[in-house]
Amino acid sequence: MSPILEISDLSVAYRTPGGDVRAVEHVNLSLNAGEVVGLCGESGSGKSTLAYGATRLLRPPAVVTSGSVRYTGRRITQGGDPVDLLTMSQRELRTMRWREVAIVFQSAMNALNPVLRIQDQLLDAVHAHLRLSRHEAREKTASLLDLVGIPRNRLRSYPHELSGGMRQRVMIAMALAADPEVVIMDEPTTALDVVVQREILSQVVELKETLGFAILFITHDLSLLLELADRIAVMYAGRLMETGSSRDIMRDAAHPYTMGLLNSFPSLHGPRRALAGIPGSPPDLRNPQPGCPFVPRCVHARPACAEVDMLLAPVSGAAGPVPPGPVLPAMVSHLTACPFVTPHMSDQGQVSQEGVLS
Amino acid sequence: MSEPVIDGTPIDGAVGDVPTTDIGARPVVSPAVDQAAEQVGEHAAVESVAAARGPLVLAAVGLDKVFKLGRGQVLHAVRNVSFGLYKGAVVALVGESGSGKSTVAKLLAGQERPSGGKVTLDGEPIDVHGGRAFRRYKSQVQYVFQDPFGSLNPVHTVGYHLTRPVKLHQPGNKDVSGTVTALLEQVRLTPADQFVGKYPHELSGGQRQRVSFARALAAQPTVLLADEPVSMLDVSIRLEMLNLLDDLRTRLSLALLYITHDIASARYFADEVLVMYGGQIVERGPAEDVTQRPSHPYTQLLIASAPDPDNLGSVLKSANAGSAKRAGNVGPAVTGCPFSNRCPLADDKCKRENPALQLLAPDRAAACWHLEAATSLYADGTR
Repeated sequence: MSPILEISDLSVAYRTPGGDVRAVEHVNLSLNAGEVVGLCGESGSGKSTLAYGATRLLRPPAVVTSGSVRYTGRRITQGGDPVDLLTMSQRELRTMRWREVAIVFQSAMNALNPVLRIQDQLLDAVHAHLRLSRHEAREKTASLLDLVGIPRNRLRSYPHELSGGMRQRVMIAMALAADPEVVIMDEPTTALDVVVQREILSQVVELKETLGFAILFITHDLSLLLELADRIAVMYAGRLMETGSSRDIMRDAAHPYTMGLLNSFPSLHGPRRALAGIPGSPPDLRNPQPGCPFVPRCVHARPACAEVDMLLAPVSGAAGPVPPGPVLPAMVSHLTACPFVTPHMSDQGQVSQEGVLS
Repeated sequence: MSEPVIDGTPIDGAVGDVPTTDIGARPVVSPAVDQAAEQVGEHAAVESVAAARGPLVLAAVGLDKVFKLGRGQVLHAVRNVSFGLYKGAVVALVGESGSGKSTVAKLLAGQERPSGGKVTLDGEPIDVHGGRAFRRYKSQVQYVFQDPFGSLNPVHTVGYHLTRPVKLHQPGNKDVSGTVTALLEQVRLTPADQFVGKYPHELSGGQRQRVSFARALAAQPTVLLADEPVSMLDVSIRLEMLNLLDDLRTRLSLALLYITHDIASARYFADEVLVMYGGQIVERGPAEDVTQRPSHPYTQLLIASAPDPDNLGSVLKSANAGSAKRAGNVGPAVTGCPFSNRCPLADDKCKRENPALQLLAPDRAAACWHLEAATSLYADGTR
């Protein structure tokens, strides 16, 4: 099995009069069929830019400065070579969008047109991307609502007549209209409260299992990803800091930034203890410093950090036994951009016996 | 923030039940309301753990708020809510969107008038909605808004945002700029002189929220009402802000009301947790107790729904995900217990009659007809 979506060496810059803002730099990320990959980072870390850059949804002043995005869908390539989204013509791209790669946008709560009924908005999407008769299209919209558990009589409703959670579900239904193989979800539940959030996420997982699409899930909430995602990529200042399975990230976080994130949310279980969060604020991407961008906020910072090349390398010292059988390197590897810090290293540079969150 | 108050008219006009002629008149507390308040005081006599921190400052006594929606429809946003804020203590108000948490805060802040019940500050009932008295009240009770992007005026500098409340609330202050600097240092925006001239768009979300805190502190309040102060911020910044709030609370002996939908953060730094659903307090008690041994089915749902990193490979990943708690899409029930239409234990009685808060321990109470069953529901590991 090869990855369905493979982002290699992608860089995106925003051209501004004051020079380029390098929002995404040399990012490699792959998504396997039926997998949930979480992309996590704080606001301004470039996670949305990465997703939109990879799907060519960015407009100038944003420019993709390097990289390729290879897509291997069942219908498009039919077992042949992957296609590169970044070199496609606009016309080819149009056949890709929605049918192959669909997006649930950020603040989806407000992404619906307030003056159109739900049905008309769903119909727009269906007509634009599928060839269906009028009757079939109407049937399709109704079945889409069934999919996300909204009663059919809501088709005639306007967005303001639905709750936030229902609007979010409509957006998800819309993204699934053309049975895509990859769904990118950009902060889909950020504005919702926890009970609704959990309902929607478990529904998304359920749909994923039945329809078999892969999800790239973008959020700033690492605690959510630890539960939801198979693999997690942690992004900071336009670069990937660490990638690994949820378990790797949770138990053996190797990058100081990831450790900081894990130390940022209070837990409902275990002893109540003081947490530090991550002091300081994200760097200004207009004048990047050489080396690791996390240095000003890092407790392990040392002079050599200015010369780090920020390439992901396997975590040293953390490697457990490699599971037997043929496995994809991308699926098992736990990679970090920090060459100095190893899992469970304390502030003083000593390796503690306990796990980060234990 | 304290706008120059124009003859005491409530700004938003949503207070449909107060005849405009009544504004500015002396408080008329009907005997019926007073009795109700007495009764409430009697049966909800929960000894708040927060009281151990200091004396009672601000109290809500049997607060009720009804919004008239027009065409004879009403929305009972807050029902019979009583609790106290104590000097140096944090009380967290937890609930989902629409549960009435913000309305309670607005009632306490004097931005809305209660339809029933009363708010007392240092034992004196409050009914000031204009002029000097309102300003005096505001200097005691300050409000921090959720959205640091919307609550600061984009055309004014940080200095302006802080100078104004200092001049307004500390009229005798000769050293306004010194006070502003001190305020910025208090919220750790240092070096302060660099921040005075900045505009909101030049600040990060966390820095903006610090300015909001400083602005609230400019009035030298005794009570701080923080309405979801961190929910718009990045996860990595939230903790820092909560720690800052905690620090300010300790140093300035503030009585703090912390409104949130994140019950884990309430556990992190609140003394007492009040869980609201459908405008009512359905459970209250010491933070640790409520989060570790929740009694009310809604509190249990809330805790089970919170993202739990300790729970790798949880229900979300299992094949039958979601079948457990597909309660959604319904608001609180209008009659009976507000949670009855989502509750796994609900029966006819729940749909008919609204349970009152029952004492479980001197400092702990919950409102449910099936508390015993609910407790064992949790013990079964249904969460």
